[in-house]
Amino acid sequence: MLVFLFEQLLNGVQFGLMLFLLAAGLTLVFGIMNMINLAHGSLYMIGAYLVATLTLKTDSFLFGLIGGVALTAAIGVVLEMSLLRRLYDKDHLTQVLVTFGIILIANQAVQEIWGAQPIMTSMPPSLSESVPLVGSFDYPVFRLFIIVVGLLIAALLALLITKTRVGMWIRAGAADREMARAMGANINLVFSLVFGLGAALCAIAGGLLGPLLSINVGMGESILILAFVVVVIGGIGSVQGALAGAVLVGVVDALGRALIPMALRSLPDQGLADSLASTLSAVSIYLLMALVLYWRPQGLFSR
Amino acid sequence: MLQAKRWIAFTAVALSCTPAAQAADPIKIGFIGSLTGPLSTLSTDMKDGFNLALKHKGGKLGGVDTVVAYGDDQANPDTGKQVYERMAKSENVDIITGMAFTNVMLAVAPTAFKDKIFFVNSNAGPKELAGASCNYYYFNPTWHTSALSEAAGRFATQKGYKRIFVIAPNYQAGREHAEGFEKEYKGEIAGRARNKVGQLDFSVEIGQIRAANPDAVFFALWGPMAINFVKQFNQAGLNKKIDLVTAGFAVDADTLPALGDAAVGIYNTSQWSPDLPNAVNRKFVEDFEKEFKRPASSYASQGYEVGLLLDAAVRDSKGKYKDDKVLHDAIMSAKYESVRSYFKFSANQNATQNIYLRQVVKNEKGNLTNKTVSSTPVYADQSDPYVGECKLAAK
Repeated sequence: MLVFLFEQLLNGVQFGLMLFLLAAGLTLVFGIMNMINLAHGSLYMIGAYLVATLTLKTDSFLFGLIGGVALTAAIGVVLEMSLLRRLYDKDHLTQVLVTFGIILIANQAVQEIWGAQPIMTSMPPSLSESVPLVGSFDYPVFRLFIIVVGLLIAALLALLITKTRVGMWIRAGAADREMARAMGANINLVFSLVFGLGAALCAIAGGLLGPLLSINVGMGESILILAFVVVVIGGIGSVQGALAGAVLVGVVDALGRALIPMALRSLPDQGLADSLASTLSAVSIYLLMALVLYWRPQGLFSR
Repeated sequence: MLQAKRWIAFTAVALSCTPAAQAADPIKIGFIGSLTGPLSTLSTDMKDGFNLALKHKGGKLGGVDTVVAYGDDQANPDTGKQVYERMAKSENVDIITGMAFTNVMLAVAPTAFKDKIFFVNSNAGPKELAGASCNYYYFNPTWHTSALSEAAGRFATQKGYKRIFVIAPNYQAGREHAEGFEKEYKGEIAGRARNKVGQLDFSVEIGQIRAANPDAVFFALWGPMAINFVKQFNQAGLNKKIDLVTAGFAVDADTLPALGDAAVGIYNTSQWSPDLPNAVNRKFVEDFEKEFKRPASSYASQGYEVGLLLDAAVRDSKGKYKDDKVLHDAIMSAKYESVRSYFKFSANQNATQNIYLRQVVKNEKGNLTNKTVSSTPVYADQSDPYVGECKLAAK
């Protein structure tokens, strides 16, 4: 039982860290530019496709990952400078409409380039085995790799935001955009940087999850909803909040899916127990969101 | 002179009219499939199989001009209904086929029955449409949803597995698979999991399987779900001590290339196999690979079979295929060679056939394929358990 819980905890943390990569960019864009960017999921999709294609071309996961992330970041910056920049002073409805349009365009473009069929990539052979963690409990190396990379990026992001000048601008922008501008921060540059950074994080998540899941048109939309849940739980504009929220969502989702069926197993009607369990575990994260919002309407880490 | 000119003009008009009046209306097929998205492999294979049959018949079903309209339901019941409405109202189709998913079928079927448009199923049909809600306008030449899972349950019992873990997606077809398996499996159920449809990360379910420690796992998953489940099962190291048993659709030509060696040795049950020894099947398997540069899957064989069935039915209607009664009776008694060696309709207009045990092996070219383990089927001459509930059968 203990091993079972430990395994599910690892699964939850692994998924949570990938959600964090998505939510970090989303929360910064939301917090600093006051902009709702639905197309964030499209960057995740584009990143996954680029990493997979480059991995196949270069025959190296590392090169594929670096190249795909760089390209996606560039796409993010171009998107910001050409189109999204014009939306910052518009109302949220306009932003939602325009970025939803970008989703449709991105999906169609990806379908034209790569086809409608999902792409299945395999992970590098060195990472595709499992290692014993406790006793006879084997855990896949690739999932451990994802956890390590996720933690590493969280640490780097913390360093960037708390210790560097760019980080200071970002924090200043998040706290008070107008004041930061008045104090001489080059806010346009910060916006482009933040957007590129968010796109890069998306691509890392897409590149890492690609070999584990599958790469297909529209993969960004379903995960975007979860990323928004994370942003709302963590508090808009807070990167720590995104980390806490993401891990919380990941763990609650994994434990919910693991424990709720066990708890309901004693019900007399098996069929009812099964469907009740899967329904309850599907809504567990939204329940979590409702609870957090009841307790702290501004989110966990927001002032 | 003027008189003569008038006569010539009249004759010319009369002549030009006759062929148009005599030419038969084309037969119109509406192919509603899930052609995009992560679960699109099923309908795409069915579409290619159907088109191959059409090509083999010179582009004409039963020698009659054939128009095929395609629509994408995106595996979504609401979208499926919209696509159906367009096909029925503006394209005036006579027959619909191609749907891959039970929830879409159940959304489209009632309207099609009301509109008196024939629905020839090219994938597993839900039990309602075989039983209580069977319909004059519904044919399922393929298999009823739980057919393969029931056979897998019987095989698991014969194989002597004491404890089995069952995983299936949490929607109607998934539940039917799990129930079908459990009905025929006589050992102990070590645990159950119901995943989300289209789920791609099975880490939680794999943890549950590890904790339950069964002899084998029966997984009723298809497309990318099957690929990811088996890959992640192996990555977690569970393949070293736990066997996998499944229905044929999980480990077929559409999933095997992505599965690779992870799938070798998996026992599965199917109504079709690429090595079934009959001439029609051999031609189908060869030509499919030549045409589409990939091996044929069960789904492709189902699409091909629907093409063969409709060809025979239109031919046997002798030009009266716009007459519902004639077309219905022609479909019901269509005479053609099936890729499955043995097939006929039972009274509820569903398939009666054999279900074979297959195993995933590497062929001489090093590619993965399925091989029938024994020419004796797990189930011989099997119809479905719902015939008795169908009003059509009582007549």
